[in-house]
Amino acid sequence: MAEKHVDEISGVSTTGHEWDGIRELNNPMPRWWVYTFYATILWAIGYCVVYPSIPLLTENTKGTSGFSSRASLTAEMDAAKAAQKATLDKIAATPVGDIAKDKTLLEFAVAGGASAFKNNCAQCHGSGAAGGMGFPNLNDNDWLWGGKVEDIYTTLTHGIRYAGDADTRSSEMPAFADVLQPEQIKQVAAYVVSLTGKPSDTALVEPGKQVFAENCAACHGDNAQGNREFGAPNLADAIWLKVKGEEQIAAQVSHPKHGVMPAWGARLGDATVKQLAVYVHQLGGGEQ
Amino acid sequence: MNLYTDPKLKPEEVERLEASPVNSAKVRKPLYEARKKIHPKRASGRFRQFKWLVMLITLGIYYLTPWIRWDRGPFAPDQAVLVDIANRRFYFFFIEIWPQEFFFVAGLLVMAGFGLFLITSAVGRAWCGYTCPQTVWVDLFLVVERAIEGDRNARIKLDSAPWTFDKIWKRVVKHAIWLAIGVATGGAWIFYFADAPTLGFDFVTGQAAPIAYMTVAILTATTYVFGGLMREQVCTYMCPWPRIQAAMLDEHSLVVTYNDWRGEPRGRHSKKAAAAGEIQGDCVDCNACVAVCPMGIDIRDGQQLECITCALCIDACDSVMDKIGLERGLIHYATLSEYQDNMALATANGTTAINPRNIRDENGKFSDKIRHFDWRVIFRLRTMIYFGAWSAVGVALLIALLSRDRLELNVLKDRNPQFVVESDGSIRNGYMLKVLNMIPEKRYLTLSIEGLPDATVKIPTVSETEGREFTFEADPDQTVPLKVFVTVPAGKATGESGEFRFILEDKPGHERDVVETSFTAPEVNQ
Repeated sequence: MAEKHVDEISGVSTTGHEWDGIRELNNPMPRWWVYTFYATILWAIGYCVVYPSIPLLTENTKGTSGFSSRASLTAEMDAAKAAQKATLDKIAATPVGDIAKDKTLLEFAVAGGASAFKNNCAQCHGSGAAGGMGFPNLNDNDWLWGGKVEDIYTTLTHGIRYAGDADTRSSEMPAFADVLQPEQIKQVAAYVVSLTGKPSDTALVEPGKQVFAENCAACHGDNAQGNREFGAPNLADAIWLKVKGEEQIAAQVSHPKHGVMPAWGARLGDATVKQLAVYVHQLGGGEQ
Repeated sequence: MNLYTDPKLKPEEVERLEASPVNSAKVRKPLYEARKKIHPKRASGRFRQFKWLVMLITLGIYYLTPWIRWDRGPFAPDQAVLVDIANRRFYFFFIEIWPQEFFFVAGLLVMAGFGLFLITSAVGRAWCGYTCPQTVWVDLFLVVERAIEGDRNARIKLDSAPWTFDKIWKRVVKHAIWLAIGVATGGAWIFYFADAPTLGFDFVTGQAAPIAYMTVAILTATTYVFGGLMREQVCTYMCPWPRIQAAMLDEHSLVVTYNDWRGEPRGRHSKKAAAAGEIQGDCVDCNACVAVCPMGIDIRDGQQLECITCALCIDACDSVMDKIGLERGLIHYATLSEYQDNMALATANGTTAINPRNIRDENGKFSDKIRHFDWRVIFRLRTMIYFGAWSAVGVALLIALLSRDRLELNVLKDRNPQFVVESDGSIRNGYMLKVLNMIPEKRYLTLSIEGLPDATVKIPTVSETEGREFTFEADPDQTVPLKVFVTVPAGKATGESGEFRFILEDKPGHERDVVETSFTAPEVNQ
């Protein structure tokens, strides 16, 4: 950078940098570019004043606008809740059986119920409500405690065999290992299987029927069609909740396992439970 | 037209304008230099007349279109051209487009592209010179500027004048009118997106949506800055088209050309020159072509990127030629091919300098050997290919438009769960159907299934009973969601998916849509 050098061909001064005789021209930036650059500097200064920006030792500068992304999220959530409030109040005030009569309420309840289902129910019943062994499939038309929307609503509110709720749906199948002989248990298992399929030994079916009539029909019904009063499952249909096959049926008769569902009424609030009931009811198996 | 008989002026009497091109390659400054302002002089002539007409038509279309009404019945807006973003519909007279039919708009854009290629390869940058919004609005802004500050010389004078009251009020009025035009431009734009009379009232009374005011503010700013302040810089520095056009032009494209084969050597004193034995061309170097140029170039330097072919220099030169009794067309639309032939004629195939004697006979009339524009070169292979592609897209769009369905069925099969076993062992599949009633009328539609002979269908929102055919009501111009359950009795469905069809019909209207879908059952029927 000893002396000013002007390029002979272009007439532009050079920076003084030279590599093997090649010199770097010192063309200024276009005006619009320079002004845009200055504008961005001014913008940055203004931004630092207005918005939280500079990290200090313990916290950052707050800016004159008092902006906070957490506060704006809260505000957005509050706005969303406020927007839903009117409909939610209406759902809370409407008997669960009448929600489906109002198209707007129905749409809202199905969407809200689907969302609440994914948060609270999918853990046991699956995200598609298809259940699994021990956890009922809510899509089908087999209901332990009733498939009307009011029944579903009651089940949801108070739970099943849930210790924390006095009005919970409750029933217990006795352990028949103490009552019946192992041979009798084998016979009754063969009989139950024979209702919908093929038992291992047809000779066991007749005595099994006798055992069933004496010990099981009180709850499961004369034709093993179940009883929703006690949540006793229908044993003559194609759906098996807990067990499959003669051996497992025999084990269940000997030492029954019982499912438990929590009561959701106090936990989620009435409006959400109503939406859940409407959602589950419209999955395909709901009864009128 | 014989213009020889009555020359009103001698060449040396033609007023010579003090005008120099600011955008010429000879004087081009680096980009950091301040812009040198251009003060285009008013031109008059046939191209200027034509440009007024184009301006009237294009601005008329832009400002008036949103106000055209079009009756579509009670269930659709009555605005002829409407982009209804809130309801996701686009209306264009008798055509209504749903979002999934947006390819029609894409097709129009493809046509616009090919159309631009076609026009450019045939008649040069006609788009730039006549119809580009930048050109039209700059023209409009210049009308305002001229009306308030006067023509070129008055404006130059005013620019260098001190800030007197006269200058201040002229500037204030000019910029105020420019801003008003900007507001009107942005204002017209928003009417394409909502019912114009309603929005117009809401806008004035302050009840319109904030986005409307923001759009108007942004378009006011861009119109004012581009049309009033930046002008030719938008074309020269911001627009990509001047760079692309070189690929569209060839030796048969019409471009605004200075015919230096008859203009050179230029000079003002033909008699003196003739007396001195010097040869003299037709150009009297009056600079009229430079003074009228809105781009600040000298067309006599040849074709250049900055030239938008607005043809105002043709008008300016023609009026000078008329005055001195020479043929019009010293500056004219010409193709490179004819220009080169005429140049070869004027220079005796490049052996001499340009000599007007090579192109004129003893009486001063043009030689027969001069080539003129032949309209048949417009119909050459290149333009035919562009026209072919343009019309192929157009015909395809037209066929698609005339044969498109106004009734559509979309089927989404439930994937979670894929199937449900009912207590009697039958298998149920769920489907989400979207019925698109794409006309602004209420319709009674029939949905049925074909295939799966044992299956029954239930649509809880339509009927409590099961069946295989249902009739339901579809609201005008709406999508109807239908949750459909298909059930096959125990033992009738196995692991292999059964294919079947949903058939949607508008029986009175003879419209139907068929969607094939599948039925899933467990591997081993339980």
